[in-house]
Amino acid sequence: MTTTLPTHTAPAAAPRKPLRPGRVVMYALLVLAALFFLIPVYLLFATALKSPDAIAEATTWHWPSVLNWGSFRDAWAKIGGNMLNSVFLAVVATLLSAVLGSLNGYALSKWKFRGANTLFALMLFGMFIPYQAVLIPLFQFVESVKWAPIDLGFVTIPGFQLYGSIWALILTHVVYGIPITTLIFRNFYADVPDALIEAATIDGAGFWQIYGKVIFPISIPGFVVVIIWQFTQVWNEFLFAATLTNTSSQPVTYALSQLAGGQAVSWNLPMAGAILAALPTLLVYILLGRYFVRGLLAGSVKG
Amino acid sequence: MKGLSKDRLWSVAVLLPSVLLIAVFVYGFIARSVYVSMTDWGNDPTQALALDPVIRFIGLANYQDLFTGFLQGRFRQELVSTVFFTAFFILGCLGLGLGLALILDRNPRGEGLWRTIFLFPMSLSFIVTGTIWRWMLQPGGGVNQAPTLFGGQPSTFPWLSSTEAIWKFDWNKLPLLTATVVAVVLIVVAVRALRAGDRRRTLVAALCAALLLGWALFVAPNLKLLPAPELHGFNLALIGIIIAAVWQMSGYTMALYLAGLRGIPEELREAAKVDGAGDLGMYRHVIFPLLAPISLSAMIVLGHISLKIFDLVYAMSGPDNINTSVPALNMYLTSFRQNQFALGAAIGTILLVLVAFVIVPYLASQFRGEEGHA
Repeated sequence: MTTTLPTHTAPAAAPRKPLRPGRVVMYALLVLAALFFLIPVYLLFATALKSPDAIAEATTWHWPSVLNWGSFRDAWAKIGGNMLNSVFLAVVATLLSAVLGSLNGYALSKWKFRGANTLFALMLFGMFIPYQAVLIPLFQFVESVKWAPIDLGFVTIPGFQLYGSIWALILTHVVYGIPITTLIFRNFYADVPDALIEAATIDGAGFWQIYGKVIFPISIPGFVVVIIWQFTQVWNEFLFAATLTNTSSQPVTYALSQLAGGQAVSWNLPMAGAILAALPTLLVYILLGRYFVRGLLAGSVKG
Repeated sequence: MKGLSKDRLWSVAVLLPSVLLIAVFVYGFIARSVYVSMTDWGNDPTQALALDPVIRFIGLANYQDLFTGFLQGRFRQELVSTVFFTAFFILGCLGLGLGLALILDRNPRGEGLWRTIFLFPMSLSFIVTGTIWRWMLQPGGGVNQAPTLFGGQPSTFPWLSSTEAIWKFDWNKLPLLTATVVAVVLIVVAVRALRAGDRRRTLVAALCAALLLGWALFVAPNLKLLPAPELHGFNLALIGIIIAAVWQMSGYTMALYLAGLRGIPEELREAAKVDGAGDLGMYRHVIFPLLAPISLSAMIVLGHISLKIFDLVYAMSGPDNINTSVPALNMYLTSFRQNQFALGAAIGTILLVLVAFVIVPYLASQFRGEEGHA
């Protein structure tokens, strides 16, 4: 099973000790480290909330005297559509990935066959490959899937082009998500006792009945981990977004990189854009951090 | 047992689509990339995007071009950069992560809050991180202005635009350097095998080391990859990107180490204390050895992330800054901006080989033990 952080069972009853010098040093180090992690956040908000003409090198660190919430409105005008693309992409791709991963994990851990582990290891390799090594054939494939409208007389099947549509990204994320979602579910189901499955088999239940009545109902925590993990990954991805989409379907990571890459942009805009683009995954992390960490640790393949 | 075989059939049927997709999208596409990398597709710009381009098989010429071609100095610098980047990135994440985990393991008050703070960058995309740190590291940006907070002069370090490099070496000496490094590793292996009493391994390792050293001494000096010396080193402009990457990923190592520390049974620590180990002795002899597998695991995950990182660089210093560029970024630009698909595929393949060196032994060792009692 994936190692989970048992931090929540940490000895809460540690008696209040008087602050020894060692503890003081410890807290000082913690504060220093926290500053390293939080100072960029302070500057991010301070800049996003300044009006463009208030942004100057000398006042970089100052909190704006007049808050300019307009930055967020302007940033939304530029990347709002891309945010919606990302929402659609991440929701659909995540749900498909989770269903596929759950079925795979169930088949691999509860219906073991010879070579199942080798097959799984071969699948896992797909999680680690640099996508640059498959990008050109992938691009060719996505470009080749298209058809003109087909007139059947009574009804017309509309034309379709995979390249540039959001479906190209959904397909890609579902396919390359198979290894990690299968891994997480396989580890999750490994903790379900085999005796439970055997008992169900003796009762005459088959593959699907066992899945529907035994496995699926206890899968909620597994689904939560996979959904959080995949949502974050898909939302944050950049390489596929940059190669397989066009202007109308670009997700927010690409739009943000264009917004921030421009030369004559005032910095409040990309900063507000970065906040907007970070918000969904950040909220997920803050609300469901425990499951996020579980997915994180699963990614390091604790078999 | 008819029912059972039907169920088996279902389990295969459930797995089949995924297996086929992985077979095509991972292995099939890798094979196709390797093939494309051995053609001249796109080397002639007029043919690149033609509807029916003339593509010829040219063997390893693209690879030769990347390693020895006059125009591909950028790629060679990137290879060197990626090695330095990986080393410092892993060291930074392991060091900071371990430090934070050791502190949090002592149960400070508000532990959950501290953990949240150290881990939140993990949930951001490299593009967001890059955008934020790009602003921080602007020539007149936050970091360089920081001394003014304490009444000092702003610093002028060119964070992302420095063109200075340290630890430079001549690319022509690469075969020599590689052979020497591998030979040294082999000698270490031989010495350890000798101590363990494994005579065959000692002999094989020593022999290989001797062969390599001989080659490095007598053959390599006459080997010239390039007609003129070409210097590559650690570009100082990379420092800023490494800091941003450590900022984003050190929470991950902290989580790993913390899970590991919490998994060490209390009895072990007690036993060490009974044996008279002080705090330091306990860490050195009990805790750190137990954390070693976690370090290895983290190094492998961070290593493969680092080898394929490019969005962070793209967002921080833009696609055209040669001093901070990495092969993964070059692949994207070569293929999709210059339409030199074959050359791009070759860079992608080299990246894959680098990652495979890290990942394949790891996956093999993870699953070798399991297959036995499956």
